[in-house]
Amino acid sequence: MLEVVNLACVRGDRPLFSDLSFALKPGELLHVVGANGTGKTTLLRTLCGLTRQAAGEIRWRGAETRALGDEFRNELAYVGHLNGIQGELTPAENLRAAAGLAGAADPERIDAALETVRLSPYRGFPAKILSQGQKRRLALARLVLLRKPLWILDEPFSALDVASVTLMTQALTGHLADGGMVVLTSHQDFEVEIKNVTYVRLDA
Amino acid sequence: MTSPSLLAATANVLRRDLTVAWRRSADVLTPLVFFAIVTSLFPLGVGPEPSLLRTLAPGVLWVAALLSVMLALNRMFANDYADGTLELLALSPHPLSLLVLSKVAAHWVLTGLPLVLISPLLAVQLNLPSEAMGALLLSLLLGTPVLSLIGAVGAALTLGLRGGGVLVSLLVLPLYTPVLIFGAGSVAQAAAGAEIEAYISLLAAFLALTLTFAPWAAAAALRVSLD
Repeated sequence: MLEVVNLACVRGDRPLFSDLSFALKPGELLHVVGANGTGKTTLLRTLCGLTRQAAGEIRWRGAETRALGDEFRNELAYVGHLNGIQGELTPAENLRAAAGLAGAADPERIDAALETVRLSPYRGFPAKILSQGQKRRLALARLVLLRKPLWILDEPFSALDVASVTLMTQALTGHLADGGMVVLTSHQDFEVEIKNVTYVRLDA
Repeated sequence: MTSPSLLAATANVLRRDLTVAWRRSADVLTPLVFFAIVTSLFPLGVGPEPSLLRTLAPGVLWVAALLSVMLALNRMFANDYADGTLELLALSPHPLSLLVLSKVAAHWVLTGLPLVLISPLLAVQLNLPSEAMGALLLSLLLGTPVLSLIGAVGAALTLGLRGGGVLVSLLVLPLYTPVLIFGAGSVAQAAAGAEIEAYISLLAAFLALTLTFAPWAAAAALRVSLD
């Protein structure tokens, strides 16, 4: 489904990696590993289409993602370093805004998504009062809510406590069992109960 | 998976921006208070001579409106950029230019429209003849959206740069001059009792032109800024 062929990325004038190729099929998780500064975030942003690659191709269902444009973005959910949460809005409003952008979701689903990440008690408060970890959970609630086939997650477990990491890995496992795909980076240990984990190692 | 509706998405962006601004009302009031203060400074600075103020009024009102709109330009994308919401916009399955258009619309409702509404009050203070009130309202109503649209391109280009606020003024002010000339010109003509149709038509043409090109240019600039 997702195919990367001879990808090369350059940040500023510095080449990060080149000739990177991998493929991801439904139900598979791709774990991008590498030291700080080796281009993990750049790789994920390039896969989304936020950053342009220097060379190589990214294909989704056989077609180049840039050519697919909106069609590709409709099947993609991205959680980057920034949570994409507006402090003035409540958690429920934040999710409603994200749902409105990415595709309609009914109100019950929003409540269910908040329940999944255990933020229901905070649904009426402005999101700026949430802690770092709670904001992260709210960002991850978008994934549960939107049900896109491809998840691209940059350090999804940062700032999360042990219970929340477990919660998220359960969500990941469920998503993969449903035939979803995940590309993620993480320095934290986590356990996913599937065998289809592939690793891509980026070297300095 | 339900297919997302474009109309719902743009309405959603507009509503969200208005809600956020409502809860951060200081941001909305600042340009408006700035507009009122700048126009009020002129009678104090140049003296309260009614005929002099009447001559100055169209220019003063238009320049003050232009600077107030510019004051609020940074806000258009900066917060969304800082909290990552802009990435979500860029990754949504809708044309970014149309989402940008709804952000510009929200910006205009929060800055341009209030300016238009209080301008008659400030015009009285500057002794603008009542025949010119209609021209003032109409020219600002057509001109301030143009200012927001051109400003969006500048704001998108300078996003994430240090000292972006100054840079955006340098980028945008030269492009504002035609709007200023024909906007203030129409009010001056109306005050002199002349026909203003040509001026208003030109302002409307500017609006049509910027409505067509500015959202597209701003969206392209945003994608560059996010890279």
